[in-house]
Amino acid sequence: MIQLQQIHRIFKVGDQQVHALNDLSLTINGGEYLSIMGPSGSGKSTLLNLIGLLDQPTSGEYTFNNQKVTTLSDDQKAVLRRDQIGFIFQFFHLVPRLTAIENIELPMVLAGIPSTERRTRVSRILDAVGLAERAHHKPEQLSGGQQQRVAIARATIMQPSVLLADEPTGNLDSASGNDVVEILEALNQQGITLIIVTHDAALGARAMREIKMIDGRIIDDGHQKPR
Amino acid sequence: MMVTKSHARMRLNDTLSLTYGALRGAPTRTGLMLLAMAIGVAAVVVLTSLGEGARRYISDEFTSLGTNLLIVLPGRSETSGDMATLLMSDTTRDLTLDDARALMRSRYIRRLSPINVGSSQLSWRERSRDISVFGATHDLLAIHHWKMAQGRFLPLVEMDRATPVCVIGARLSSELFGNRPPVGEWVRLGERRFRVIGVLATKGRTVGIDVEEIVVIPVASAQALFNEASLFRIIIEARDRDAIRHASAFIKTTLRKRHQGEEDITLITQDAVLATFDKIFQSLTFTVAGIAAISLAVAGILVMNVMLVSVSQRTAEIGLLKALGASQRQIVTLFLWEAAMLSFAGACIGLLIGLGGSWLIGYLFPAITMGAPLWAVVAAVGVALLTGLLFGVMPARRAARLNPVLALVHHR
Repeated sequence: MIQLQQIHRIFKVGDQQVHALNDLSLTINGGEYLSIMGPSGSGKSTLLNLIGLLDQPTSGEYTFNNQKVTTLSDDQKAVLRRDQIGFIFQFFHLVPRLTAIENIELPMVLAGIPSTERRTRVSRILDAVGLAERAHHKPEQLSGGQQQRVAIARATIMQPSVLLADEPTGNLDSASGNDVVEILEALNQQGITLIIVTHDAALGARAMREIKMIDGRIIDDGHQKPR
Repeated sequence: MMVTKSHARMRLNDTLSLTYGALRGAPTRTGLMLLAMAIGVAAVVVLTSLGEGARRYISDEFTSLGTNLLIVLPGRSETSGDMATLLMSDTTRDLTLDDARALMRSRYIRRLSPINVGSSQLSWRERSRDISVFGATHDLLAIHHWKMAQGRFLPLVEMDRATPVCVIGARLSSELFGNRPPVGEWVRLGERRFRVIGVLATKGRTVGIDVEEIVVIPVASAQALFNEASLFRIIIEARDRDAIRHASAFIKTTLRKRHQGEEDITLITQDAVLATFDKIFQSLTFTVAGIAAISLAVAGILVMNVMLVSVSQRTAEIGLLKALGASQRQIVTLFLWEAAMLSFAGACIGLLIGLGGSWLIGYLFPAITMGAPLWAVVAAVGVALLTGLLFGVMPARRAARLNPVLALVHHR
């Protein structure tokens, strides 16, 4: 479902060129649960942003659902992000002035879905992440774990095929971090492709497939463990 | 292979509520921009209504002089610097009572009054004052729409009858006679004696003549008093608006015939004077509106700056929207709506302030009829919206081009 071939990503920092991704090739199948690990600066976040269509490779080919992504227009990529890809961030990235419901609704608002349909979908997903009573709270009134669960609800409300999580537990205590990981794994059980970037070895080890990166290259593609 | 849903547009009410939320989220910023817009619009409204008020004031003043008036002056006032005409025109003839009488024959002329003007000393017993004397006839009262406070106006007699009667202004009357009734009293004008037969009522306003300070006597008496055969002017009231053109042609031909073919008079129509003033004041209003519109442009630039700041402050939010599937177009749309909402709200507030200000000026200075012309109100709001949108484009595009990766990383 995701195919990266000989991807290079070069940033210019002042006069210097930083090779964030160096001749990287990777194939991910639908429904996989995979973790990307490596020290900071190894290019794992860059890889995640690239898969999530937030970044462009300098060279190389990226195919998403048999579709060559590198040639798509901005509008087309926006639609792909909206409908196929869910993002979860270390710092949650909720809009502070919007309530939990309104934050979760945002992707549907961008998609122009009528509000009656939005409300039914949101209440269903709020139950699933266990936040039904906190629906009208603003982010500042929620704990970190609750905020991340709102973010997960927002990332999955469009029923994407891929979920990209960048250090999803990095800002949480271990109990709520565990809750969050369990929700993500449950979603993976239902068939969603889950890609987690982390430098937490314990979290990375839970994935079916562990990828280790250093200096923009994959040094270990692990092995597909049996489920 | 999964099918990608086609690009959908955001619903208008969602766009509006998102935008509204963003504006409410930053009250200082929003307030500042509203203020800038409001001041610009209010300035346009107040200044144009001042200009319009002044125009109406002048126009009212002129109408209060009378309606459908034509004025004949002796001598040709020509601005062409032709030496030959200058040399030849020293044959200018006097404007006489007979000329005035000849004009009476036209059916386009309702009434007229020959006028003679001079200054003299008016005295009663030991009190005296220097005043302006108007020689006129019975019809002047109706021509100028004057009213009598006491007694009556000059009698309806032949123009050349020099009856020793006079009508005086209200202030003159109180200054000379105090509380005594002036009608019937004999006063002196220079070496002659006149009997007061009436007092003119105070008028609201008049241009040029202070009705309260004049003495009106029969034109023939004035000619004798000042020893002057020529008239100062003839004031003519045409039968109606359409008759002005015919009356003016008649006056010109008649007087040319009577003056041996010389066109040695100047004819002024009230309409022409009024039209000139109208034009002057209209262009004044336009100018003032233009100057006020500059403040709108300044407001636009302020909106742009504040929105640029807002874009960099909201980097994370914009990056997030992109990650959630907002296209560049949608981001531009959101920011433009924000600009439009701001300008519209600012324009409405400015309109209220402007109309309130106009009302206040009208209240404090009742002589000026304030009232912003509709075109100015429409233009002010239109220009406000336009500048808001125009200056919103740049920040909106900057927001749309923001790199979402950087936008998300920067937020810590």
